[in-house]
Amino acid sequence: MFRLLNKIHRVGGVSEPLVQESGGLAFEAVGARLREAVGQRFRGSLAIREVDAGSCNGCELEIHALNNVYYSIERYGIHFVASPRHADLLLVTGPVSRHMQAALLSAYVAMPEPKLVLAIGNCGADGGEFGTSYASCGAVQNVIPVDGIIRGCPPTPLALMRGILSLIDRKTPG
Amino acid sequence: MAVRASGQPVRVSQYRLSVAPEEWGRVAEEAAHVGLRWGGLWAEDRDARIELTVVLEQCGIYLMVRTRTTDLAPSVASHTAYYPAAGRFERRLTDLFGITFRGQADSRRWIRHLAWSENEFPLRKAYSLVGHDGAAVRPDSGYPFLEAQGAGVYEIPVGPIHAGIIEPGHFRFQAVGESILNLEVRLGYVHKGIEKTAEGRDPDGLARLAGRVSGDATVAHTWAACMAMERAAGIEVPVRALALRAILAERERISNHLGDIGSICGDVGFAFGQYQFGRLRERCLRLHAELFGHRLAMDTVVPGGVQPDLPTDGAHRLLEDGIELRQELEELNAILSENSSLQDRWCMTGILPTETARMLGVLGYVARASGVDFDLRRDVPYAPYDTLKVRVPIATVGDVAARVRVRQEEIDVALGLIDELVSVLPGGPCRVPWSVPASDAEGLGCVEGWRGEHLAYVRFGPDNTIARYYPRDPSVFNWQALEKLIIGNIVPDFPVCNKSLNGSYSGHDL
Ligand code: SF4
Repeated sequence: MFRLLNKIHRVGGVSEPLVQESGGLAFEAVGARLREAVGQRFRGSLAIREVDAGSCNGCELEIHALNNVYYSIERYGIHFVASPRHADLLLVTGPVSRHMQAALLSAYVAMPEPKLVLAIGNCGADGGEFGTSYASCGAVQNVIPVDGIIRGCPPTPLALMRGILSLIDRKTPG
Repeated sequence: MAVRASGQPVRVSQYRLSVAPEEWGRVAEEAAHVGLRWGGLWAEDRDARIELTVVLEQCGIYLMVRTRTTDLAPSVASHTAYYPAAGRFERRLTDLFGITFRGQADSRRWIRHLAWSENEFPLRKAYSLVGHDGAAVRPDSGYPFLEAQGAGVYEIPVGPIHAGIIEPGHFRFQAVGESILNLEVRLGYVHKGIEKTAEGRDPDGLARLAGRVSGDATVAHTWAACMAMERAAGIEVPVRALALRAILAERERISNHLGDIGSICGDVGFAFGQYQFGRLRERCLRLHAELFGHRLAMDTVVPGGVQPDLPTDGAHRLLEDGIELRQELEELNAILSENSSLQDRWCMTGILPTETARMLGVLGYVARASGVDFDLRRDVPYAPYDTLKVRVPIATVGDVAARVRVRQEEIDVALGLIDELVSVLPGGPCRVPWSVPASDAEGLGCVEGWRGEHLAYVRFGPDNTIARYYPRDPSVFNWQALEKLIIGNIVPDFPVCNKSLNGSYSGHDL
């Protein structure tokens, strides 16, 4: 137990503004703006339901990373929920496989209004490497209405945060 | 098999054998008789005749047995009487090609839900890539699951959409109280036509697709596909590229093991472990972004080599990172092993006995934690592993704790390999120009990815185009192990059992 506490003490908090990417808001700035936007427009709490509708799982790895201690996205009031009925925002990855078409639709229908949808990754944007085929519907917007797209293969956690922020900025009254 | 003086790859021993379709059943019988491992099955429509190929392995020697049937809807004997894991491969081929396998105990559809009808076979050449039916696909509610009977038995259907940020699939539990009597896994939800999409691509295009068969194993899949293409084209990959590929593969092993160990902690409520190991994984990915230009190292393995080359300070950064990671892990692993409530949840949970692992042909750390001592890097030593000594950690109990321990040790082995590779990193180019293979040239790539053995079969058509690509992800076997190891466990332990095995849905469904 002592070892454990000692480790916690020594590692300390690592949730910090470590990332600096060219051509966009740095991590800290994105975080601050996200907190503000979520605070104003979602009363401090934005609930996201993530649906893998056919992805290669690469996008899931990066969405998952949003919850690690570096990004710790919950501190901005953003959290992932298990039910679409509790969600303000749906993040959809993949080219939508035809075998997931019905499940994705029912998740979308189950969300309360007003609902927001972000298509994630190059696959979510346009089918990516998989395109449209006998087994793939391609882009998310071929199956449900989409409010925004976050490209990348997969988009990095920072790109995901920026994309969520820009959607809130565009889609919700300030 | 020969080691070339130039240090070029050792040719893995691969043999081919053709048999008549009537002999197909006997192949399995004879193979089982001499104890060969059954490693995968694929088919191809060649001029309206189905060709079937099964891969068998023993002592690092791969045997591809092939039969050429006389029509498009042949009927051949099933291999399931000798190799139960063959069932899902066969059912898949029934769905995609219309092949009948005689003597299967279970002939239900497998990869086919409702996106195409039972009279359509998408992987036949005449079937168009875009399919025939653009209508919205209905939910697949008619799949004939095994039904539970008896007083107090109830069923829990879960999925395809699960609670967390994970891939979709359906689990049907039958339970009494908290105890799981039976689990049936239903997959195929993320089937997105990878094999068909591959047809007609050029080598670079296939490598990109292979890197997206299963994003978490992007290096392993791309390496296997490139190895297959390079064997078909007779291309000698430069030694520097081979070393870099191994570095990438070992880094992929480390980052996935770290993330999974964290999640396995999280699944039993040990948040400390989840956050600490998640932190180490993130550090790994950041270094990948810095050195390889991509957090998951996607598209770094390319036909003929690797791109981009390691930056000049890359070797130094990798060594430094290895030292830090070892220190961190020494502390963390000690904390994990002395935490009795954590070990209590892991020990004797989700046991996969050795015989079951062997019977199902299970691969990677799942097999090794159950006493199946196989690792291609040591047993089928492809370059650059042929010049390295690869220690293969083994456990025998086959529980969650054993899988965690094997994975902890595998990180250590991988760090050692990276140290070695980096310190004697050869110079020279990291990619050679491609040379167009003869039409019909084929190759089988075999790589030990972080999940286990990856196979990739490639056959070229005319003009440098891919005629057939089949990636065999280790998950196809390992998913079948999940159904066995979960029996008798309690429902709340399902997530930790599942994560300790971590099958890829995408790699399975294709
Ligand atoms: S965008 Fe890239 S990482 Fe995301 S699902 Fe598609 S192929 Fe995978």
